[in-house]
Amino acid sequence: MHHSSLGRPMPGTSRRTVLRGLGGTALLGAGIPLLSACADSSESSGTKTVTVGSNASDAVPKKGYADVYAAFTKQSGIAVDINTKDHNTFQEQINTYLQGTPDDVFQWFAGYRMQFFAAKGLASPIDDVWKTIGGNFPSAMHDLSKGQDGKYYLVPLTTSPWAVFYRKSVFQQYGYEVPTTWDAYLALCKRMKKDGLVPIAYGDKDAWPAMGSFDQINFRLNGYDFHVELMAGRASWTDAKVRKVFDTWAETLPYHQEGAVGRTWQDAAQTLVAKKAGMYMLGMFVAQQFTDKADLDDLDFFAFPEIDPAYGQDTVEAPTDGIMLSKKPKNHAGSVKLLEFLGTPQAEEIYLKADPSLIAASTKADTSGYSALQKKGYDMIAQAKHLTQFMDRDSRPDFTSTVMQPALQKFIRDPKGIDSLLSSIERQKKTIFASG
Amino acid sequence: MSSDTTTKIPEAAAAPPPGAATPKRRVPQGHQRLLTRRDRIALGLMAGLPTILHVALVWVTALASIALAFTTWDGIGFDSIQWVGLRNFEELFEQNPQFWPAVEHNVIWFVVLIALPTPLGLFLAVQLDKNIRFSRVYQTAFFLPVVLSMAVIGFVWQLVYNPDTGLINSIIGANEPGRYIDWIGDPDLNLWAILIAASWRHTGYMMILYLAGLKGVDPSLREASALDGANEWQTFKNVIFPTLRPTNTVVLVVTIIEALRAFDLVYVFNKGAEGTELLSILVTNNIIGESSRIGYGSAIAVVLLVISLAVIIPYLVATFRKERRA
Repeated sequence: MHHSSLGRPMPGTSRRTVLRGLGGTALLGAGIPLLSACADSSESSGTKTVTVGSNASDAVPKKGYADVYAAFTKQSGIAVDINTKDHNTFQEQINTYLQGTPDDVFQWFAGYRMQFFAAKGLASPIDDVWKTIGGNFPSAMHDLSKGQDGKYYLVPLTTSPWAVFYRKSVFQQYGYEVPTTWDAYLALCKRMKKDGLVPIAYGDKDAWPAMGSFDQINFRLNGYDFHVELMAGRASWTDAKVRKVFDTWAETLPYHQEGAVGRTWQDAAQTLVAKKAGMYMLGMFVAQQFTDKADLDDLDFFAFPEIDPAYGQDTVEAPTDGIMLSKKPKNHAGSVKLLEFLGTPQAEEIYLKADPSLIAASTKADTSGYSALQKKGYDMIAQAKHLTQFMDRDSRPDFTSTVMQPALQKFIRDPKGIDSLLSSIERQKKTIFASG
Repeated sequence: MSSDTTTKIPEAAAAPPPGAATPKRRVPQGHQRLLTRRDRIALGLMAGLPTILHVALVWVTALASIALAFTTWDGIGFDSIQWVGLRNFEELFEQNPQFWPAVEHNVIWFVVLIALPTPLGLFLAVQLDKNIRFSRVYQTAFFLPVVLSMAVIGFVWQLVYNPDTGLINSIIGANEPGRYIDWIGDPDLNLWAILIAASWRHTGYMMILYLAGLKGVDPSLREASALDGANEWQTFKNVIFPTLRPTNTVVLVVTIIEALRAFDLVYVFNKGAEGTELLSILVTNNIIGESSRIGYGSAIAVVLLVISLAVIIPYLVATFRKERRA
């Protein structure tokens, strides 16, 4: 007879029953190492396979990339194992993903965001790949694909320009002309307002579209080099040049759609679709909102107007997506072959067949299948002297998301008090850029 | 199982007839051992594993984020952790334009939840407690929002508040230039718009808590006060409400917790843009994503922790003191 702590008689059997019931818990605990052991054993993929980490989770790009990889497998006999993650999740986890056991190659963005991970040693240089594919790309794309150490880290695949979009039929109906200078642009805004249109559609609920507005005015007014200096944290946000960007921007704010901070870019685009708005400054992806074929054919765009003749319209904001090689790829030779294939015009043509909202990064790609909109975007990029990547791709993302996004939202809602806003940005910038 | 009598139902095994279960195989000699070696290993695992998990997942992480609050770290490799002392906090208190609004909004969140949905929930509970007709239907209707996740509530209320196509602006015609009401973007409006959505849910929660409390009120108290000639309001004020004291404590604690953990609704609504900043959202924005500011985000989390402790510690002290007295 055993005695429990309560002093009541308690037979051994009952104790065993209790233990048996709880035994499962111990087994569960033992199961954890077993499970992780399983995961390890699956790593023995043959050298005939290249793994790809993909952020192309939307249906259209997903199919586009699948077609490209299938074509590569057919040509080389090397299988491609695509590991697709939700677009935003991929971005949020990129840090841990690249430090863990990443895929051989992974899809990512050009610009500072690529350089950051390259500088941290989380990507391998691919100068040997560029020896083969270099001829396929214009010089602006060469610059976009290099890390801060001057080595290549990215194979660019697709890009698309930012510009001012409008509907041809609306311009015809009211007899508007495409403005090329700042004064003409302002005059057009004034006329549109008189005609009962919202001159400039605007939605900044997601907080990034306003960055595009800033970028356009900044490099038109201060030039590409200043854009680079400012984004790299070297130029000061309290500089008179920056102040002038905000003053110029404030001139147009009365012509922007009211209540922008509460509106998504999709809703803003709908006012352009509905012909209630005259213009909309955004990336070419705005075309995705034109679901009706006739509406889409009616869509056109012009380059953001010139502000300072010294810089004209020589800079185009053209965010570029591409693919990088991870720090220790398991199949290095196969990865190089895949990257070389992705750098060919053919690979881009296959992709763009599935996704006509973008254009090829290579100037060699066949443009005969392009829509009028794509052709125009292609020309704009091909003729550009400088390509920028958008504020959050050209600067530290921690700075742009935690400091610039709220600051710009504050500005477009209430453009007064620019000076205190700018000194606040500059103070926060200093601490962020100081932290390695 | 050692005997037939104990195998019929599992419960019987726990309390067999006294003396029937003496083990026959092995008679304990001398010092009676309560547990065999195997038992002790099993029990050790049972107590040890949860302890290890708890310490690793709760204490180590909490202490690690306190330590990280005094560093800067981008999350890439441990060698990039740099000790910066109090700099994160200085920056937070003096330079971050979102920090003080966030603290203020967390406080407003609490005050509004206490001032609006709590009395309303109590009122509804008192009405439902009277066993009026269709009481179950009302109860279900008011409680329904509590079943929904906060994120879903955020999506639903966005449809109501959408300035261009939302229910309110469409009905009152406030989606036209000139008399435009931007419920989501205007910092003078958006916090209140969200708080209405939060209250919509919180009322049902409070109602259920108070209803449970009211069900526990001794009916003889009501009888006694009726005999004394008290009217309904007097009975509630002087007899019923004082007996709800324990429920009020629970309500207070629940509401404080709700105010401090407020996050999902706002994140879905406008990601904590100007006017709706919250501490929890600042933490998330700084830590999640590429090239994250883990040290800085941890510093904000520590502030949140300190505020939570400032609320919890007095509560625990009061509770323990009461128990000691009892």
